[in-house]
Amino acid sequence: MMFRKQLTAMAAVAVTLVAAACGTSGPSASGGAATAWSLTGGDEQTFRSSFDSWNKAHPDAAITPTFFANDAYKQKIRTALGADQGPTLLYSWGGGTLKSWVDAGKVLDLSDEVAADPQLAGRFLPSVVKTGTVGDKTYALPNNAMQPVVLYYNKELFTRVGAEPPKTWDDLMALVAKFKGAGIAPFSLGGQSKWPMLMWLEYLVDRIGGPQVFADIAANKPDSWSHPAVLQANTMIQQLVEAGGFVNGFASIATDSNADLALLYTGKAAMYLMGSWAYPTLKTANAGFISDGKLGHTTFPAVANGKGDPANIVGNPANFWSISATASDAQKQAALSYLKDGVMNPQYVDTLLAGGAVPPVKGLESKISASPDGAYLSEIYKLAADAPSFQLSWDQALDPGQADALLTGLSQVFLKQITPQQFSDTMNKTIKP
Amino acid sequence: MSTVSERRGPTLLMAVPALVFFTVFALAPLAGVAVLSLMRWDGLGTPSWAGLANWPEVLGDPVTHEAIWLSVKVMILSWVVQTPFALLLGLLTARRGRYREVLGVLYFLPLLLSSAAIAIAFKALLDPNFGMSQALHIAALSQDWLGNPDLVLFVVVFVIAWQFIPFHTLLYQAGARQIPAVLYEAAAIDGAGPLRQFFSITLPQLRYTIITSSTLMLVGSLTYFDIVFVLTGGGPGNATRLLPLDMYLTGFSNNDMGRASTIAVLLVVVGVALSLGLSRLARFDRGSQQEGMG
Repeated sequence: MMFRKQLTAMAAVAVTLVAAACGTSGPSASGGAATAWSLTGGDEQTFRSSFDSWNKAHPDAAITPTFFANDAYKQKIRTALGADQGPTLLYSWGGGTLKSWVDAGKVLDLSDEVAADPQLAGRFLPSVVKTGTVGDKTYALPNNAMQPVVLYYNKELFTRVGAEPPKTWDDLMALVAKFKGAGIAPFSLGGQSKWPMLMWLEYLVDRIGGPQVFADIAANKPDSWSHPAVLQANTMIQQLVEAGGFVNGFASIATDSNADLALLYTGKAAMYLMGSWAYPTLKTANAGFISDGKLGHTTFPAVANGKGDPANIVGNPANFWSISATASDAQKQAALSYLKDGVMNPQYVDTLLAGGAVPPVKGLESKISASPDGAYLSEIYKLAADAPSFQLSWDQALDPGQADALLTGLSQVFLKQITPQQFSDTMNKTIKP
Repeated sequence: MSTVSERRGPTLLMAVPALVFFTVFALAPLAGVAVLSLMRWDGLGTPSWAGLANWPEVLGDPVTHEAIWLSVKVMILSWVVQTPFALLLGLLTARRGRYREVLGVLYFLPLLLSSAAIAIAFKALLDPNFGMSQALHIAALSQDWLGNPDLVLFVVVFVIAWQFIPFHTLLYQAGARQIPAVLYEAAAIDGAGPLRQFFSITLPQLRYTIITSSTLMLVGSLTYFDIVFVLTGGGPGNATRLLPLDMYLTGFSNNDMGRASTIAVLLVVVGVALSLGLSRLARFDRGSQQEGMG
């Protein structure tokens, strides 16, 4: 019985693969109304209300959205694109994933539209627009908030132990001992999801060696993973693990269930390094923690003698919409007019702000400070707009296959199963010049 | 009594739906996977021929080596843990009696739950910060069950056992109810105690049930995917990246469909070999289970 089950399961996978490989999957992608695939949680409400009001005003260019969980989406979109069964509007992070779509000819080049309509891309912050380009062509435009990674902390716990938020790595290591002594976990971390660990490596490498170190890695330069900054960053991570910096059992905590965020607002952990989307999530999960003034935030600490500017940030500049190259002309037209007039219109921006997120639109200062979370949102906006470097999350910037090896290798560094040198050696092998 | 020819017609006809189903949903895709295992394909572009190049890559990959080794460990551990429990529970619930039936219903409850539900429930229970260790304040429970690479494999085997022991209990229960009561009566008259009866009557009589159950367990352990995927996602590190999970991650996370198909072919070959080997074991001694009973 189970053997049969196994065969059927493989069969199901294989049918999809074969159908996709042969390209006999029919024209269903090119008929009917335009469609859009996006993610649940986060800015889902903004997307829903935007599509609702768009469809009411433009029944002839209606777009039907579908929402998926993060990991499920990443796998589904690829299979769907391979089989030419994808939606008209494709949700992405820019970077390596977008490049693989471009290389396979799956998304539309928007450069002509951008040149014809300066407002289309010109209303966004240039550093964010850049993430949607491959080579010098625009393939994707921002659809939601800037998401820099920020160090959140529980002010109440800091007052209790009489501590200040860390400004340097040495401060941070001193805080670890202090919080441990008080029976509080210094840092929360969703280790099972792996990518929260990556934020530590991204920031440390930037603080030690500057943004060029990862630029070399992303450019597939041979042996770029064994740059001293990468080795030192991983050594520091292992020292922090050794000192008990991360909450007990961090390796089995999944971010999907928000268990890592819960550790922060239940007072079990003092600090939490996370993308700024944690704020809207926290607003939904435990608004009292924010309104009681317990939530603090600061930038990632500087490292002594480091080359990187402490004002540099990492994270996701935004998420993006691309238009499928295999969509019908009517679908493409609908999607394009939505990108022009639907996305980031004043109402859209207001919904994002109300949810606690900062859109990458130019000249929003006064609008932001007037919003309910004005003080916090202004700081995030300034942080992102003024950063000398806003580095895209590595797992999104790299080729998807490389990203998988990176996340697995890094989790082994956190578990002290491999040394920093072994990590660099393994990663160097993934470089395809 | 009907004649042979009368019986043959309808039997073949009845097999047709199953055969069609099996061909369309098992054999044809299997052939597709075999073809894909000879190709390179990232899931997006055009697949290109790679010949046998995927094989040395898969067989030489330390991650896959570890995955094979982990699968073997899980296979053996699962058999060792599940068989005695299922056998004893099956014997217990085989006898009639009201409390046994109530217990029987309770034991079968896990069979009704989906793997994903079981995995999510255990994940919540085993959470070191919010799980049962915090609720019950028992020191022995406050382990990092799913985060400790040395412990996590045993936890996975335990959860799998929790899910599948009921099914095998059902097999043993049915098997035990088939054993004629005369055998026990005769043994009792001859002065055999319960232990002697167990080893001389129950176990030999259950021989085919044991083989069936073991085949399902061993071959089934090649398919443990859903529960591990939800419970640990293969982590921490690669500590629970079993071969089916390795196949999935290689294909859908690493976007290497050629290598994933190669692993799939490997799984099919091992699975078929295992079940053929075990059914041969069953045929090895063709003597009747109830010799001299007729």
